[in-house]
Amino acid sequence: MLMKLATDFMGWIDKRLPVTDAWNKHLAQYPAPKNFNFWYFFGSLAMLVLVNQILTGIWLTMNYEPSGEGAFASIEYIMRDVDFGWLLRYMHSTGASAFFVVVYMHMMRGLMYGSYQKPRELLWIFGMLIFLVLMAEAFMGYLLPWGNMSYWGAQVIISLFGAVPIIGDDLTLWIRGDYVISGATLNRFFALHVIAMPLVLVILVFLHILALHEVGSNNPEGVDIKKPKGSVKPEELSKFTFHKQYSEKYDIVDAVPFHPYYSVKDIMGVAGFLFLFCWVMFFAPEGGGYFMEAPNFTPANGLKTPEHIAPVWYFGPFYTILRVVPDKLLGAVAMFGAIVMLFALPWFDRGTVKSVRYRSKLHLVNLIQFAICFVVLGALGTMPATPVANLIGVIASFGYFGFFIALWFYSKNENTKPVPERIAD
Amino acid sequence: MSNVPVNNGRRRFLTAATAVVGGAGVVGAAVPFIASWNPSARAKAAGAPVEVNIGKIQPGQLIRAEWRGKPVYVVRRTEKTVSDLAKHDDQLRDPNSEKAQQPVYATNAYRSIRPEFLVALGVCTHLGCAPTHHGGDFDQFVEGVPNGFFCPCHGSKFDMAGRVFQGVPAPLNLVVPEHSFTNDDTLLIGVSQGDA
Repeated sequence: MLMKLATDFMGWIDKRLPVTDAWNKHLAQYPAPKNFNFWYFFGSLAMLVLVNQILTGIWLTMNYEPSGEGAFASIEYIMRDVDFGWLLRYMHSTGASAFFVVVYMHMMRGLMYGSYQKPRELLWIFGMLIFLVLMAEAFMGYLLPWGNMSYWGAQVIISLFGAVPIIGDDLTLWIRGDYVISGATLNRFFALHVIAMPLVLVILVFLHILALHEVGSNNPEGVDIKKPKGSVKPEELSKFTFHKQYSEKYDIVDAVPFHPYYSVKDIMGVAGFLFLFCWVMFFAPEGGGYFMEAPNFTPANGLKTPEHIAPVWYFGPFYTILRVVPDKLLGAVAMFGAIVMLFALPWFDRGTVKSVRYRSKLHLVNLIQFAICFVVLGALGTMPATPVANLIGVIASFGYFGFFIALWFYSKNENTKPVPERIAD
Repeated sequence: MSNVPVNNGRRRFLTAATAVVGGAGVVGAAVPFIASWNPSARAKAAGAPVEVNIGKIQPGQLIRAEWRGKPVYVVRRTEKTVSDLAKHDDQLRDPNSEKAQQPVYATNAYRSIRPEFLVALGVCTHLGCAPTHHGGDFDQFVEGVPNGFFCPCHGSKFDMAGRVFQGVPAPLNLVVPEHSFTNDDTLLIGVSQGDA
């Protein structure tokens, strides 16, 4: 009786909105390669963190006061007087760092298994746009506590736009809305941080997933699970039912439906992630001064620069590239160039073999040196600028850019291993 | 439905004309959104000139004033500091202050109106941090130059006329704001002599 009522209700809905169809297309009958490994946790984890940021963010705005006079005090108020305010704030601030950990891992996965290669270029670009918006979102969010590091961090980054020839000074004035960073800047950053950027972010995530489901998921072997229609013997076909959008166009092999197989796997990932996340949140919410920097516990002071200005850790790699270049304009160009290189990665890589497992030794070495350089650049970004650090920074910057240049040269005629037809059991 | 034959050329023209007019409307509608980001009237009014009493500054001492929310460094340079300025010209990017980082009346060897007093924005021309004044121990950064400014953010160096050294990220000399002296002991920041 109750069952029939539920079925009838869903039937009524489905005639008016394709809910069941969408559920099947994107979850219950979405063909996912059967060999996903550890690296495939991070997409779903990024979604989890996004939900965490939105939810805790909404709750924080309920007590936060976006003004030059009130911002710093309202954060203290949230931390001390609001019930569980400290928890909501630490969830948000730890979530910000966790977001970047997860996203960097997610990007590394793409690099290792060639998930940016044809036909996934647009998928990769949507991902990069998400990364870009995420950085803007994090940067604006960091100003809101109105601590002294918030203030001077924003000062440094906004001044970057002053490097633009001719209109630079007017541009920075326009961004700040004042001759210095002031309440006017704080208010507009607040508006962008809580409304504009999250909206864009959610839309981009939606497009990222839509584009993923159009081209299908890659996998650690880099072997396509969609074969031309009629090319696979019936007994070799995957025995699961997949949505007709996929199965009508292709013969699908070595795949399982995303739900329940990977929804369950991802819940395992979530459990593991939450262990680490909660440990940081409860025992080290300041992340040893890397998630929340010491000068940010004093209010913003436009007349006193902290002794050592360092960005939050996740901007470290790009910040180091900025400051090792002894020229303002070229430094800014190099920094933005580092991100442009990532955008253009699908075109730097002229190879057709996706996974590092079947590519040349040279590619493996190149990939490892890139990862090392990225970490080194990140570490340097949080340290003071000494001559030695500067020299290491220059070398690591060459490593970073060199990855792309070298890739372009050797990927054309790369000495790859034979790629199997199918994913092995 | 009329049976008049379709004039495709006219249709294309009308479509294009509508798109152009619509586009102009979008540009027009964007103006208030973009212009609202400019400094408000209140922010502009807050940029009024500032008076500083310089009578009590000791030789070699630096005081900070605030003008338009920015730190202004006022230094009473010793005679030796002033005469030493010319000694390291070859290590500077712009020793003769050719770039317009100062009013005309401060485009001289001391970058000031009175050689004794340096008035400069304490805002690094790289990314806007406040450089630290090193009186006596600046030679740890530049050999043989005892006094100067060092920016803790990215290591830019300036001499006691706010001139930038070579090989650092800052591209320009420190900005000398418009300023004037109303009497021997009073400095007015934000207004040139004769304008007030």
